[in-house]
Amino acid sequence: MVDKVHVKTTINGEQREFLVDPFMSLLETLRDLLGLTGTKEGCNDGNCGACTVVIDGRIVDSCCVLAAEISGKAVETIEGMATPAGLHPLQQAFLEEAALQCGVCTPGFLVAAKGLLDREPDADEHRIRYWLAGNLCRCTGYDKIIRAVQKAQTMA
Amino acid sequence: MHPFDYIAATSVDEVTGLLAKHGERARCLVGGTDLLVQLRAGRFDLDVVVDIKSVPEANVLEFDNGNLRMGSAVPCYRVYEDPQVRKAYPGIIDCAELVGGIQIQSRASIGANLCNAAPSGDTICPVIVHNAEAVIAGPNGRRSVPAEDFCTAPGQTVLQRGEWLLELRFPKPPPRFAGAYERFIPRNEMDIAVVGAASAVGLDNAGNVATARVAVAAVAPTPLLVREAGDFLVGKAPTRENFEAAGEIARSKVRPITDMRGTIEQRQHLTKVLTRRTLELAAKRAQEA
Repeated sequence: MVDKVHVKTTINGEQREFLVDPFMSLLETLRDLLGLTGTKEGCNDGNCGACTVVIDGRIVDSCCVLAAEISGKAVETIEGMATPAGLHPLQQAFLEEAALQCGVCTPGFLVAAKGLLDREPDADEHRIRYWLAGNLCRCTGYDKIIRAVQKAQTMA
Repeated sequence: MHPFDYIAATSVDEVTGLLAKHGERARCLVGGTDLLVQLRAGRFDLDVVVDIKSVPEANVLEFDNGNLRMGSAVPCYRVYEDPQVRKAYPGIIDCAELVGGIQIQSRASIGANLCNAAPSGDTICPVIVHNAEAVIAGPNGRRSVPAEDFCTAPGQTVLQRGEWLLELRFPKPPPRFAGAYERFIPRNEMDIAVVGAASAVGLDNAGNVATARVAVAAVAPTPLLVREAGDFLVGKAPTRENFEAAGEIARSKVRPITDMRGTIEQRQHLTKVLTRRTLELAAKRAQEA
């Protein structure tokens, strides 16, 4: 047996400290150890983007990250997106544009889209589609998602 | 998945020591986008995963007398967000911006893509046509290998026990020199190349081809440098006809297989077309460089 790893990190602005198996992915750790089940497991091999989270300002697939790697880093998940004041404009726009059906891909799309708009608030449609190429949706056909992101650009 | 230990190494010697001690039971981790997926799929088992992202030398991205040093842990986004690298090596930017999606580019590195040694690896052919050298650290010190000799078979490299890729060194681009990379996939983004082609072209004062290199991916057991295609162009005018002829040479040298992504015939055809297109794009960029 291997020893557990001590991880001290920040998740959605809160200091978190825990012991984790060194071979556990960040995705498994968020969902099964920390109870943050908003982040979804899709393919578990870096293709679908359902497990997208932010580490130190960069979007990543949390299935391809070990929990042991996030010591000293700042992680943001879908749970940190809304505030007590209400939904993030992207969340509101996804609702208004019905940019989801089954919803499994939605947290990943929201976190990824926020990563784009935080960096490039005026991104055009081509850029939005390119940025979101790492997120798969089997329901919507993508157009509603793109429209929702564009709507959120006008709401901020 | 077989349980493994995770060690965030902080020095070159620490990485080398761990790899020498554990041999095939240890591997380096950078982006995890290949390694963790392969471990989960049971492709192989490890006792130790050595994270090299905290090794300062593996994170170098800087110019040294005009030559570019790119540490093996430098993620793609750092490459394409660097204005100097963008200007000097547009052919490297092509592949850094299209490998995986944004999530992958946040973590995956060009050096580790080379170490994964996939025949279809998007960033390997561009590295080869830019004459890059792979600087390898190991128990006997450092050695350097031309990028085109690094991969030896699918998933296999020249790395021996205890050795690992520390950095890639790209020679200073001469005046009027540029590279380009294109791949064919059935969708717009996020797919594995059916064929990929990289070209680099240097022009002389008269505007003729002074140097040319062509490398092709997913058409042989390793990414393949086709020296004959580049050599054919030397001294010739950068015309569509000459680039087409170089594409024909490349087509005649590749050894593709038929698999779920494409047939032998499609891959031969794509080799010719993508070689010609990337030569045209590289020459156009060289004229503007």
